[in-house]
Amino acid sequence: MRKPASIFATSTGAVLLLGSAFLTPVVAAEATLAETGKAVAEDRTKGNCFACHDYPGAVLPGNVGPKLMNMKARFPDKAKLRAQIYDATKNNPNTIMPPFGKHRILTDKELDAVVEWVLTL
Amino acid sequence: MKKLLTAISVALFVGVTATPAIAGPAEDANAFREYFKKRFPDIPFDDYINGVYAVNAGAREQWMAIEEFPPYQIAIDEGKKLFGTPFKNGQTYGSCFSNNGVGVADEYPMFDSKRGEVVTLELAINECRVKNGEEPLPWSKGKIASILAYMAFTTRGKKIDIKVPDDKALAAYEDGKRFYYARRGQLNMSCAHCHVDNAGNNLRANTLSPALGHASHWPVYRSSWGDMGTLHRRFQGCNEQVRAKAFKPQGKEYRDLEYFLTYMSNGLTWNGPGARE
Repeated sequence: MRKPASIFATSTGAVLLLGSAFLTPVVAAEATLAETGKAVAEDRTKGNCFACHDYPGAVLPGNVGPKLMNMKARFPDKAKLRAQIYDATKNNPNTIMPPFGKHRILTDKELDAVVEWVLTL
Repeated sequence: MKKLLTAISVALFVGVTATPAIAGPAEDANAFREYFKKRFPDIPFDDYINGVYAVNAGAREQWMAIEEFPPYQIAIDEGKKLFGTPFKNGQTYGSCFSNNGVGVADEYPMFDSKRGEVVTLELAINECRVKNGEEPLPWSKGKIASILAYMAFTTRGKKIDIKVPDDKALAAYEDGKRFYYARRGQLNMSCAHCHVDNAGNNLRANTLSPALGHASHWPVYRSSWGDMGTLHRRFQGCNEQVRAKAFKPQGKEYRDLEYFLTYMSNGLTWNGPGARE
């Protein structure tokens, strides 16, 4: 009885369980993380991405930063995308983009989720 | 916190070293004007006193309708009344200023060489009160904003002509300039990131106003405030928006910043008080 209970207690366990039910474990897991990322990205106190970036579905977006599109093609290396969001001043010392990771605007987990979401754009 | 401080000190260092030795305030102001001329070739120089409404035609139309019955009119009327009411000792505000205080707001911000610091109009108003045995007014809104509104209104039409008379003044100007270009806050932005580099661009649905002309039209009735406020109140709001700790109104930091920012608008016309979103 103890073992199943501990599986239910972790989100990984829950995803595995869902995955086995729908037979598409990887897709199900990524969709969930990307959805979390979208929520973080659109939270004004967190990512607030649309303040500066347009993307499909963005409501009244700003135009300070480039439009977010074809992101998988633009960032084939996920680590590079994460580094860009973590601290954009590394690539461009004069960028206006806040260093979301370096200044702890987002937690590591939130950053990972946002990366997954950005790659769906 | 250590990282934040490091980032700020690096930005400060870059700001200092990026300034060529020969450049002075006049060269800076000229470069500023040339930058905006290139960025907005169709906007006449004189129109920059209208801030965001110079660069956003749709917002300008709404604003012009608001100006038909300006929301700052009440403040001008109240300011005129306050200004003309004698202190308990029988003296008036006018006794502290040249020309009895009418049409002289353009003398501020000024660098007082004897004192070795920037004197803003707010500072002069409150020092006038204290000299005459009255309590100073709160700095950022309320009665002081009304007195400023009246004094600005009687100064409308004069040209901005801020002077940097000596080395101490230059040091204050340079401190203001460094403040302007230094990154700050959790969002790591400088004033210039939004109002120079991205002037005219949209942050969500809000258009970023150009820095040129920023100092011409204070105090301002801001719809999002619902009342009149001073330039330093706006500085505080901007600092808080980038998640930095705001400085005190009329502290050295904001007085130097006002001095630099107003100098950048030299040659434009004073048109306070103003109305903004």
